[in-house]
Amino acid sequence: MWRDAVLVAAKDLRIEVRAKVALNQVVPYALVVLLLFGFAFDQDRPLLEQAAPGLFWMAVLFAGLLSVQRSFSVEASDGAIDGLRMSGLEPAGIFLGKAAAVAVQLVGLEVLLTLGIVVLFHTRLAGAGLMLATALISTACVAAAGVAYGALSMGLRVRETLLPMLLAPVLAPVVLAATQAWRAALGLSGGDGWRWLGLLGCFAAIYLAGGTIGFGALIEET
Amino acid sequence: MSPPRTPAEVSPPRIPATVLPARSTPLTRGLGLSALVTLGLTTWWGLWVSPPDVTQGQFVRMLYVHPAVATMCYAAFALCALGSLGWLWPRLRSPRWDRLAVAGAEVGAVFCLATLVTGSIWGRATWGVWWTWDARLTLTAILFALSLGYLALRRAIDNPHSRSMVSSMVAMLMVLTVVVDHYATQWWVTLHQNTTLFKPSPTIHGWQLVTMGMSFVAFGLLTAWLMVHRYRLEGLEERYDNEGLNAALAARRSEVAPAGSGGLRPAPGPQPVAPAPSRQGALSGPGAREVATR
Repeated sequence: MWRDAVLVAAKDLRIEVRAKVALNQVVPYALVVLLLFGFAFDQDRPLLEQAAPGLFWMAVLFAGLLSVQRSFSVEASDGAIDGLRMSGLEPAGIFLGKAAAVAVQLVGLEVLLTLGIVVLFHTRLAGAGLMLATALISTACVAAAGVAYGALSMGLRVRETLLPMLLAPVLAPVVLAATQAWRAALGLSGGDGWRWLGLLGCFAAIYLAGGTIGFGALIEET
Repeated sequence: MSPPRTPAEVSPPRIPATVLPARSTPLTRGLGLSALVTLGLTTWWGLWVSPPDVTQGQFVRMLYVHPAVATMCYAAFALCALGSLGWLWPRLRSPRWDRLAVAGAEVGAVFCLATLVTGSIWGRATWGVWWTWDARLTLTAILFALSLGYLALRRAIDNPHSRSMVSSMVAMLMVLTVVVDHYATQWWVTLHQNTTLFKPSPTIHGWQLVTMGMSFVAFGLLTAWLMVHRYRLEGLEERYDNEGLNAALAARRSEVAPAGSGGLRPAPGPQPVAPAPSRQGALSGPGAREVATR
């Protein structure tokens, strides 16, 4: 399973390196979203500082939706998914590989978005350990749930609109918990950020376990 | 080459009327009437008989709607989960479970919206705002969005087996939200109060207790009535789809029936009915391949 996951992740990342869709489209889109949040808050600096964690994770959610759609549009064209299905790779390995590829892209994006909130919203970074752990676990949540729902909606005519509708409510608790953990790490709230991190860990475990178990049935049915 | 079969030879197996009655039965009519009577009693007692509350005044009358509606929302989603679990369990798999799941999801979505609306009205009266970022409130809104996604997903998948399988998996995730939602008042600090009724010594008494109990009975009966009819409707839709396909097959075969006499002419005798518009497309499904090859 792990070997299959590495193969699939390497394949997806190789496609992205060659096509540069994430670099040329997803990253600029996420940065534009940050800029637009600045306009929405009327460049109110104290308010932007307070809201920066939430805006950061909303931008990650929007960009994550694009990454997941991209991950499965590659498979939908020319019946590539049929080749993947008949290749003898374990479905769990395919799921973990695709989730890992999406997660790697999102981690790269989060580094750039962190620079974005430092420059645009004047965020002073603090609590590096909690911030980093939150980012990694939240990214695992977004990638795992995204890949599971991406597979579910892959064969549908209305996948472009259905995927955000299905995925956004599912990831809403992740955005909430990640925002609260970052607010605690940055000293913007008095809450215990590590408790939110524990909640994120539960979500990640559920999404990863559910995806690993159900992915085979999902790609067979869609 | 085998001779073409006549429409009479390919007529679809009829589903017995006793299995899926096309009209309501005395039992469902009784259920609906009971729901109507108890809803009337709840309205009467809630608006005229029950006294105002010491602290909440007249606004306490929302107590006779909102908790019962919210509980029925959970109950309907629980039935959706049960139906989905029944479908996912290979030894139990049957269309009945899928019908139960879709009935639970639709009725649950309606009651979820009603919960949000009545809660918002009550919140405006007691907290002074239509909406607040309370844990239970937010989770209920997320649950409503999830249920809309579930129903949209069902409409997007044409193949009945795939539709049942995929939507059953999504429903299992909805259940997780229902459980978290139910315990939100205990796990997080929220504006919602804890259990009022279902504990050894309820915190309300007299007509308030009686009326609140009646509201649960009334909305419970209403939920049961809606569930029964939605379940029956789903079965009828399945039957309509299947018979629409079979009518299309019969119509196509009747066109080629007089093949030896040259040209396509209508078959003698009564004409088959026009194919019914099908959710899965008139020429998809198990019989489509046979038509395509003829």
